[in-house]
Amino acid sequence: MTTAYETVIGLEVHCQLLTKSKLFCGCPSSYGAEPNSQVCPVCLGLPGALPVPNKRAVGMAIRAALALGCTVRERSVFARKNYFYPDMSTNYQISQFELPLNEGGGLEIEVGSRTRMIEIERIHMEEDAAKNLHGIGSGTATLVDFNRGGTPLIEIVGKPDLRSGEEAESYLKRMRELLMFCGVTDGNLEEGSFRCDANVSVRPHGQSELTTRAELKNINSFRFVRKAIEYEAARQWAVVTSGGAVVQETRTWLEGQEKTVSMRTKEEAMDYRYFPDPDLPPLVVDREEITAAAADVPELPVAKRARYVAELGLTSADAVVMTGHPQTAAYFEEVCAGLIRVSDLAPSKAGKRAANFIQTEIMRHIRVEGLNAEIAVSANDVVALLALVVASTISGKQAKVVLAEMVESGKGPQAIVDEKGLAQVSDSGELLKIIETVVAEFSSQAESYRGGKTGLLGFFVGKVMQATSGSANPRVVNELLRKTLGGDS
Amino acid sequence: MSYALQSVEALASQLSSFELTARQLTEYFLERIERLDGELGAFLCVDRDGAIRQADIVDSRRKAGEPLGLLAGIPVAVKDNICTQGLATTCASQILDGYIPPYDATVVERLRGAGAVILGKLNMDEFAMGSSNENSSYRSVANPWNVEFSPGGSSGGAAAAVAAGLCVVALGSDTGGSVRQPGSFCGVTAIKPTYGRVSRYGLVAFASSLDQVGPLAKNVRDAAVVLKEIAGVDERDATCVQSASEDYLAEFGVNVSGLRVGVLRTALNESCHPDMLRVFEESQVRLQNLGCELVDVELPHLRYGVAAYYLVAPAEASSNLARFDGMRYGKRVAADDLAETYARTRDEGFGAEVKRRIMLGTYALSAGYYDAYYLKAQRVRTLIRQDYARVFERCDVVLSPTAPGPAFRLGAKIGDPLSMYVEDAFALPPSLAGLPAISTPAGLSSDGLPLGVQLTGPALSEGRLIATADALEHARAARDFAPGYFEECP
Repeated sequence: MTTAYETVIGLEVHCQLLTKSKLFCGCPSSYGAEPNSQVCPVCLGLPGALPVPNKRAVGMAIRAALALGCTVRERSVFARKNYFYPDMSTNYQISQFELPLNEGGGLEIEVGSRTRMIEIERIHMEEDAAKNLHGIGSGTATLVDFNRGGTPLIEIVGKPDLRSGEEAESYLKRMRELLMFCGVTDGNLEEGSFRCDANVSVRPHGQSELTTRAELKNINSFRFVRKAIEYEAARQWAVVTSGGAVVQETRTWLEGQEKTVSMRTKEEAMDYRYFPDPDLPPLVVDREEITAAAADVPELPVAKRARYVAELGLTSADAVVMTGHPQTAAYFEEVCAGLIRVSDLAPSKAGKRAANFIQTEIMRHIRVEGLNAEIAVSANDVVALLALVVASTISGKQAKVVLAEMVESGKGPQAIVDEKGLAQVSDSGELLKIIETVVAEFSSQAESYRGGKTGLLGFFVGKVMQATSGSANPRVVNELLRKTLGGDS
Repeated sequence: MSYALQSVEALASQLSSFELTARQLTEYFLERIERLDGELGAFLCVDRDGAIRQADIVDSRRKAGEPLGLLAGIPVAVKDNICTQGLATTCASQILDGYIPPYDATVVERLRGAGAVILGKLNMDEFAMGSSNENSSYRSVANPWNVEFSPGGSSGGAAAAVAAGLCVVALGSDTGGSVRQPGSFCGVTAIKPTYGRVSRYGLVAFASSLDQVGPLAKNVRDAAVVLKEIAGVDERDATCVQSASEDYLAEFGVNVSGLRVGVLRTALNESCHPDMLRVFEESQVRLQNLGCELVDVELPHLRYGVAAYYLVAPAEASSNLARFDGMRYGKRVAADDLAETYARTRDEGFGAEVKRRIMLGTYALSAGYYDAYYLKAQRVRTLIRQDYARVFERCDVVLSPTAPGPAFRLGAKIGDPLSMYVEDAFALPPSLAGLPAISTPAGLSSDGLPLGVQLTGPALSEGRLIATADALEHARAARDFAPGYFEECP
């Protein structure tokens, strides 16, 4: 869609790190506990309490930054961002200001068939705020749950390189999958572990100067990212073309009404009076820590997909499905490796077969929860099942039946095949006898076939399969039928 | 000799030989507080039941044959900005009136672990902001030497309590002289450790880069016993020095002969009270007689100390005190909306000096002013640190007055904040540089008010400072005690 204006978007992603404890105290940072049950003097901001940095959180932040191609500062500083609000127990947030942990880097996005690199300004660490629950009781009270307060966050500030709602959506999807594959977040938008604010402005095509921007908050689903941004861009352009000026303000997207509304103007914007937090010495990261973090950066989704296509015989579409979740990819790779080993298949054949089977038969048996997934059948068992198909012991169709039984009973494929006597009959001698019987029984159809109605082959295949309760090897049946029926075929 | 005049070691000896029980000693001090604190106001809260309970526990442990340390059964008191679990901790402020912490500060944990008996919480200037203990929202504290005079601040309650024999030792806090100056005004010994030597976990923060908990006692040995117990790395405080405490008692009896003492010569000395200068001279002579070598030293940037401190400390305080907003604990003044609730709560909850410093600090950090004020002040600290580094190439300890003069009358300076700030001119530089400093009683003014001198050393040189203070204390002919509080000193 081309518009009369150019939309300029810079995204700020706040991502909770999957540490066991909070950034500055030992409280658990898991979601869903009873309100105010995961708190202590530090995260409650009690008098006399002091913050102490969580080393694992720093390691994860570095891992994420390296995955995004950022440089890591060996000496960064925690700073206090001072403002009064009930979700900050100390009325300041410990963040990083002048000297953030990471800078530079970028993320590749894809829209249609075009890919582009979006640059990253910086990534810094900060603590999350507590949760305000508005409208309690008669509707005027707000309750505060401090469980979330102090959870480690990384804030990823992207440069205003994005030019459309579509691009923004791709950026967020790719950012989320990269961070999930790195194991630093569970990417849960509903629970708020992955959040996004969008800075949106519009300008005439060809202008390089940036114009006044509005900040969109409360974008917590991919569905609405594109809509909200497109709406806001159009709104701003309408303001500009009707002679008005865009106000620098914070707006929120109202899902029900599909529009953005103003939350507060930046005129009321705070002077945060940033200064280095005197309770925390500068964060010094040595070469060893960076090397250790780099070792924790896994093969990233874009690279994985490229490899699946190049080496494992998948189409791009297949590759996207197989990398839909880190556990899916791991499962797929395990099945592939197993198939290659057990059935001596070429990698591209193994990949194609594994992907097909997983997509059609296994996906519905995968239950995802955060970064974990429960898959009803083990990769080993799937390998064994597919190996039976490759060896023609059973047909692809039979494999589906066996799988259903595997899920139900938990038994392995060989056991089920044996129990049900499903092993395909491929012995020509045996099959020939059955075929001759069938052909004799349906002699008029055989006549028609020989007379030129070659489509009747399928009829005979069906009858043979019936006679063998589906266990005949269809390929062999086909061959033998043609020979037996003869005719011009 | 009355128990109130005896040292920790003397009392510990009687306790361990069962000549005295912890309960008896505790009741002794509780009775003294009851009888004598009315006119002093040193205590904000006395925990009679808790203290007796603690004493009884120590007595049974000792009876059971458990080996106990020097502080076991010794009655102590704690400044009211140090968190004590289950015992009100108000920082002498209305905004924390009735606030009861759910946890002990590390220093309190360590004292309790050593078996010390906590008698109660001591009065102070509100949120440790002040040099006269007239900024307490409850009542001012009086100097036992003359109740019309200030005991100094902000640990005025602690110094007065020790001087009047209401507890054996006390814990105070020092940000810009707040244990040393009251120590000097009340004739007791006070130690401000190296920044980071003692954990700040549980000390209600005023200026995070300056605050330290420090002991006050009748003599430096007692203070050293306490310091040994409370010092040492704490994983709950990221600014702690990463090493264990030291055996400061081992420094006693160490010969100070040959020690190089830097005598601080500054323009400030000119504005000192003549009696302070006299006592300062006398201390130099004593050290010389002990075999020390005296050298004159200067701290060129000392004259910027007050200005730098009164930018850095209020700036950090403005942020540290933001948490007092009536939302989660302490006083709340209900109003129609959030902003109004914050405003009314803090307006009614904070006293004038606290508000003054919050405003000053907010200003110093604000956009457009940060570089000129806060950042500049931090740079001055570096210069002062460098001054000391150069000085310590030529000497081992620096000797200076602790304060410009003896205690001033209550009410004399409270109307002029700036004149109050200048009281800290000698005490501030070691704080700004993060260095350890001890104030030791050195004599009396012609009006009979105490005067102390300050010993400052390089980082983590508490041991040497303690040895020097000990030698100085022993070199004085007689010990002075506040008249009217002890049988031996009517």
